[in-house]
Amino acid sequence: MRAQLVNIAHARSGDKGDTANVGLIALKPEWFPVLTRYVTQEAVAEHFRGVIDGPVERFELPNLNALNFLLHGALDGGGTLSLKTDAQGKVFSTALLRMFIEIPDGEAAGLKIPHGAVE
Amino acid sequence: MKEVVRVASGQGFWGDSLDAPRQQVEGGPVDYLMLDYLAEVTMSILQKQKERDPNMGYARDFIGAMESVLPAVTERGVRVIANAGGVNPPACAAAVRALAASSTRSETLRIAVVTGDDLLGRIDELIDSGHPLANMDTGEPLSTIRDRVLSANAYIGSTPIVEGLERGANVVITGRSTDTALTMAPLRYEFGWGPTEWNKLAAGIIAGHIIECGAQCSGGNCLYDWRSIPDLANVGYPIAEAKPDGSFVITKHAGTGGRVSVQSVSEQLVYEMGDPHEYITPDVVADFTTIRLEQDGPDRVRVSGIEGRPATDKLKVSIAYRAGFKAVGTLVYAWPEAMDKARAADAILRERLDRLGLKFDQVLTEYVGVSATHGKLVGDGDHQEIPEVQLRVGVRGENRRDIERFTREIAPLVLNGPPSVTGFAGGRPKVEEIVAYWPALIDKRVVQTRVDIV
Repeated sequence: MRAQLVNIAHARSGDKGDTANVGLIALKPEWFPVLTRYVTQEAVAEHFRGVIDGPVERFELPNLNALNFLLHGALDGGGTLSLKTDAQGKVFSTALLRMFIEIPDGEAAGLKIPHGAVE
Repeated sequence: MKEVVRVASGQGFWGDSLDAPRQQVEGGPVDYLMLDYLAEVTMSILQKQKERDPNMGYARDFIGAMESVLPAVTERGVRVIANAGGVNPPACAAAVRALAASSTRSETLRIAVVTGDDLLGRIDELIDSGHPLANMDTGEPLSTIRDRVLSANAYIGSTPIVEGLERGANVVITGRSTDTALTMAPLRYEFGWGPTEWNKLAAGIIAGHIIECGAQCSGGNCLYDWRSIPDLANVGYPIAEAKPDGSFVITKHAGTGGRVSVQSVSEQLVYEMGDPHEYITPDVVADFTTIRLEQDGPDRVRVSGIEGRPATDKLKVSIAYRAGFKAVGTLVYAWPEAMDKARAADAILRERLDRLGLKFDQVLTEYVGVSATHGKLVGDGDHQEIPEVQLRVGVRGENRRDIERFTREIAPLVLNGPPSVTGFAGGRPKVEEIVAYWPALIDKRVVQTRVDIV
């Protein structure tokens, strides 16, 4: 089943130099393993391909049901050098929530994961 | 020893709510009011102000905040801790002293001034004695931009603030203290935490991280169930209610809007996070993967279990330097075919800039309303039915005259470019000098802080 992250997680993002960070938090604790399993470093790098210039790093915070992603080369130089509207990476959070993941039907049904995209 | 110490956050950045400091000291019991004014670029702005007037160089908003909380400080014993001193903490203290002179109980005001973080006057000496202040991201030594440096400040920790409190201060004014030290220092002072009680120090740092952005942990900018968050017009700023064992509760005053929940606190915890295993501060390395959160009644989140490790022997240094100029111009194009008109205008503008032979390091075009924030992630639709789109073009370069010339090329498009264009009431774009940020590390032992009571 195809699920969009906006239906299973919330997020906040910020900046550190030219790197944006996105903290991705499961909406329900039982959905955290789904994030861990399917929102991989590689999948997120693919999602942001052409949007960021550098690599993606992922860290796990099971205590907060959260993953933290560092998106390097995301801010066009970062801080005051950046000409971007989102020079401080404030809405990379919802940019990540646009991402779709594929979850086996049985697993998705058992966890009552909402399917499809947000209206 | 107190059983509970309440630290209230009244300012998340310079420019935050003017009323929050007063609301925090009047809305219910608090022991400390913590005000964070400094962001990475703020120091350079303050440095420029100090160059123009040697009595400036601090966060002026703080004087108004102090005026609004003065009765709480002088009559009820609330203590204020703020990094409002910027690059001139003594001048900031003098301004507070002048303000208080007219109050009836000004003799009870004891102001501690923390200095020693400002390294601007020591850069050459430091480089000469083997501290290259290399850029943490690129590895380049500071000597490559030495002549463009505007400010240089070490991020200092909680120790000088604790000293100020021990010497009886009820207002502590620092320069570039870490945001988190402003909250941790009063807990260390009240509970007598030793300099190697790593878990407790880390807990104080994490309490600081949660409340340092003001209402951003108590319902502001909270994505989780955002529609249901009540009365943001009257949002309550956060309070950390800490205990001697290092556990604490994040809450807010009764009767205020917003919401303190596990979700709102979690969002703030991951804000600007790097490697969660090592949140490095001058006092301790905190491990964010050890934090336990639980809802402890409405608008109360209990935080416990935090672990920390010994601090490193380095301090981070925030250096600001001149890095050219930039300008951003915008125009709004309306239906029908708004997106095509905006794209055509961009192409025309770029052709004219080329013909003028202007030199830019970068020209960036964004379509606000379509793809400015999420870029390619919005897909390849033609977007032709959108009611309007804002064309936003930014340029950056070393030569101020070329940037100035760019600002003259936006307005003409209103009459000599594609149709259905508006939104130029703001006038010509402004040329801004870029002050860029250079993060570096330095040995702790070369930075000596000093505390004066004035």
